[in-house]
Amino acid sequence: MRIKHVYLAGVAILAAATLTSAVPGGGTVSGKITYEGTPAKQKPIDMSKEPSCAKQYTTPPTTETVVTGANNALENVVVYISAGAPDDAAPSQAAVFTQKGCRYIPHVLAFQVNQPLQVVNDDQTSHNIHPLAKVNREWNKSQPPGTPPIVDKYDKPEFIPVKCNVHPWMHGTFAVLKNSHYAISANDGGFALPNLPPGKYTISAYHESYGDQSQEVTITGSETKTINFVFKAKPY
Amino acid sequence: MEIAARVGLGERLDAMGKLFAIVLVIIALASAYPIAKHMYVPPEDISTHGHAIDDQLSDTMAEAGFAFLGAQIILAFFVWKFSERKEGAKLKNFPGGAKLMVSVAFIIVGAEVFALGVLGQKAWANVYFTPPRPDALQIQAQAGQFAFYFRYPGADGKFGAIHPDKIDEGNQNFFGLDPANDIEARDDIVSGELTIPVNREVHLLMHAKDVGHSFYVRELRIQQDFVPGLDLSVHFTATKIGRYEIVCTQLCGLGHYNMKAYLSVMAQDDFEKWLKQKASEQ
Amino acid sequence: MQEASAQPAHVHAPPEGFIRKHVFSLDHKVIGKQYYALGLLAVCMGMGLSWLMRFHLVWPTTRIPGLELLSKVGAPGGVITPEYYLSLLTMHGTLMVFFVLTNAPFAAFGNYFLPIQIGAEDMAFPRFNMMSFWTTLVAFLVLVLAFVIPDGPPISGWTSYAPLSAVGQDAGPGMGWGMNLWGISIAIFCIGSLLGALNFIATTLDLRAKGMTLMRMPICTWAWFITSCIALLAFAVLLPACILLILDRTAGTSFFIPSGLVVSDRLQPHSGGSPLLWQHLFWFFGHPEVYIAILPSMGIVSHILINSMRKPLLSSKVIIYCMMSIGFLSWMVWGHHMFVSGMNPFSSLLFSFPTLTITIPATIMTLIWLGSLYGANLRINAASLFALGFISMFVSGGVSGFFLAQPSIDIVLHATYFVVGHFHMVMGVASIFGVFAGTYFWYGKMTGRMMNEKLGQLHFWLTFIGTYCIFMPFHYLGLVGNIRRYSSFVNDFMGPLMPLHKFITIAALSTGAAQFIFLFNLIYSHFKGKPASENPWEGTTLEWSIPSPPPWNNFGGKHPVIYHDPYQYGVKGSKGDYIMQDSPEPSAS
Repeated sequence: MRIKHVYLAGVAILAAATLTSAVPGGGTVSGKITYEGTPAKQKPIDMSKEPSCAKQYTTPPTTETVVTGANNALENVVVYISAGAPDDAAPSQAAVFTQKGCRYIPHVLAFQVNQPLQVVNDDQTSHNIHPLAKVNREWNKSQPPGTPPIVDKYDKPEFIPVKCNVHPWMHGTFAVLKNSHYAISANDGGFALPNLPPGKYTISAYHESYGDQSQEVTITGSETKTINFVFKAKPY
Repeated sequence: MEIAARVGLGERLDAMGKLFAIVLVIIALASAYPIAKHMYVPPEDISTHGHAIDDQLSDTMAEAGFAFLGAQIILAFFVWKFSERKEGAKLKNFPGGAKLMVSVAFIIVGAEVFALGVLGQKAWANVYFTPPRPDALQIQAQAGQFAFYFRYPGADGKFGAIHPDKIDEGNQNFFGLDPANDIEARDDIVSGELTIPVNREVHLLMHAKDVGHSFYVRELRIQQDFVPGLDLSVHFTATKIGRYEIVCTQLCGLGHYNMKAYLSVMAQDDFEKWLKQKASEQ
Repeated sequence: MQEASAQPAHVHAPPEGFIRKHVFSLDHKVIGKQYYALGLLAVCMGMGLSWLMRFHLVWPTTRIPGLELLSKVGAPGGVITPEYYLSLLTMHGTLMVFFVLTNAPFAAFGNYFLPIQIGAEDMAFPRFNMMSFWTTLVAFLVLVLAFVIPDGPPISGWTSYAPLSAVGQDAGPGMGWGMNLWGISIAIFCIGSLLGALNFIATTLDLRAKGMTLMRMPICTWAWFITSCIALLAFAVLLPACILLILDRTAGTSFFIPSGLVVSDRLQPHSGGSPLLWQHLFWFFGHPEVYIAILPSMGIVSHILINSMRKPLLSSKVIIYCMMSIGFLSWMVWGHHMFVSGMNPFSSLLFSFPTLTITIPATIMTLIWLGSLYGANLRINAASLFALGFISMFVSGGVSGFFLAQPSIDIVLHATYFVVGHFHMVMGVASIFGVFAGTYFWYGKMTGRMMNEKLGQLHFWLTFIGTYCIFMPFHYLGLVGNIRRYSSFVNDFMGPLMPLHKFITIAALSTGAAQFIFLFNLIYSHFKGKPASENPWEGTTLEWSIPSPPPWNNFGGKHPVIYHDPYQYGVKGSKGDYIMQDSPEPSAS
């Protein structure tokens, strides 16, 4: 009889343990990011100084500092958990940042502390990638065409603006985050953070032009909580 | 020869002087050949002031060619004739001696200095001592690591103020304009290409954003440094429609080699169309 | 100051022990050889850097095996990045101008031969002399340290224009500690040079032997003396300029940085400074510096040429006065580096006149060299071949200066390869030819063994033809508009010029390889060269009156007495067609 109790207790403990870490079946926080007001016009980029890139476009691409969608949707917002979740070990798979057509793809790259970052040069010209880190170590490295990817990592969470020293119009952002719960809003402004264990969380949203906002949410089981963010847009 | 034996020389010694003469003449002629054949020349001049510079360049090339070939051939000839003669050969001095050399140098070089320096200063004066016309088209050029950007003042004819702390390249605000608060900045037109109408004088105001740069268009015969902290300018008139390369010639950092832009010279109508189009994109 | 006897009070005790004899030596001859060795090391490094640069320009994506070991960041996978190319360029220029061209013809040969040629037992201040070498060596080590620090060497060129060089790390890779090391190294180098210059001047004025009037000094002695006068004033300006630069970088001053600069997205916290001020200070030093680089070789070449021709020049006095006027005019021309710099364009015109005027003494000297060859009986050997090569190179390089001296032409040629061709020929190659000539001529005296003549002549032919193949085409590139200090050529108009660039690179690598003949000869002859007699070239000046190599006190305790001008050649002397300076035989006339 005692052995059976011990056995059941063990199973219960195991179940509780597995339930408290992120496993399918946990809660979800999802929502939409929108803006109010008039956002700044996205301007066409003049790449005439770099003909090898300029010729890749039939119409010039536009800047990506404020990318909007239908119904005032705001794209490229990093939604993440700033409090309430434990730090996660970094995945071994690299986050890839590509320089192609003299632009950064993706415009915002989110990855974790100590996760390998891989920068690829897919262009005919040399780039010089310069992440302007303030908390982490700042570096810049030249990458001639055809040379292997640059691999580096950051050991502290930070939002890092990234520029190319050689091509002033190239701008992007690294979002270095503490845990694995993050998403980047799509063109419809939607995002989802699934697999959240029960607990009280601070959900934050960061936009490179409009700043940072936070809201609190509590997950009790496997429900879906809706959180929306509204950013104030500026015409200039 | 005693010395020859002491330093281990061979018997072909006396040919080395003649060989020097032959090699030197070949080098001199080979050096002059590409110049004489105009194989490497500046590109065609599309400016109104450049012909004076080109003339001066040609004149200098002729004199330099004469001096170069003359000196090398004389050197070769004298080494040929006066090296490794037999022991005890009579030594003589060039008639006229040092006095002649001093006189020749003063007269010939003095004349050249006068001709090129005094008479030639007009070419320089055309560029720097003539002010721009009052109706010249004013364009501001900004040089910053590692691109040139150009600003047109728009309908109000005034440039908005530059606020270095407001520079935001990701948003194409290269000049640090503040259209929210500066009315003059609202109609400014910023372009990565220097587009100008043909046969119209342009007054290019030059602003350096970070370090020293330089503006050079070979076909315009204009080269001028950007100096941080100084309000410099150049003025010129382009006489031929086309697309010409602007290059940075002052070492400005790692991207110096790729710091360039294009000068686009258009007919007046095309220029106005372009300006309208650009204004709508701001 | 007509003549002075050598002061016994200046003599130091004979050196004892290995350290005193060969390391921390007070003997000007050892110090001269130490400077030569430093110059040799620097030129090997500088030349190696130029090979990397030339290779990269024509084969930019080709891997250079092993280069990633020198710099993981600068040459990942053995491919040179744009910033590393500029680092190589900066270090190439700095090493060559300071540690080769100021060291070898001036500090090395000058230290060795100036006291001997005036009949002195050593320099006026032997301790200062020793300090000057070791200070220069420390400067070298500080500079080379920039290669091994993580951020690498600076990328602002040997001219280090502000604000690029003054704002600090924001300006780019290598512009943090790399640039600091550059500034510190050059400041230390200035101190070493000032000590050396003081010594040369004091020695020349005070320690001449009896009968050695100033006009009886050999031409090369005069060249070293004039050079040291220039050096004393020029380095005295560069030293504070470097200090001001270091202060701007580290102490928040703004000598060279105006307000409102945004470098690398950061607003710089300086205001009130002037970038042009750096240029004025630097070139006020920099132009006399290039004459510091060339004057000693002019002197050495004249000296060797006279000996080889077996007759004096048409007039040594005129040569000396020309060197003096070049030295004097050199202070008035610095603005010709700044014609389009943004300084008042009227100043540009003003600077062009003395610049064009310097052509006059340079032409007089060339005409005298050429005119003296007429009617001579020139002995051809490695030394005289390099002396002749010097004249040829000096003419070629000098002629292109004629273009650059005119501001209107400079509009088209400034910052192109035309300028690079000009200064490499007239300063780099010509000066080095003077060093080669001096080496072949004086090696026997310095070591007791002669260099191998056949190898020396082979070295001459390959180098003479090779350097013309490298640097003459630079002028053509410049005329088309090939811009300098570019790590790659991406301009539309550069395509047709790439074959010429390939030719230059191959010439450069080949000529570089030929220098191994010289290196081999230097080392081989030290052990296996034919023993040198006291006067193997039948020379007249005092260095040929003492053993090869000379004893520690040069004249063995004797005080030579001078009876003649230094170039009694082509006369009936007791030993042949010459009369030595310290021989009491009557002069020719």
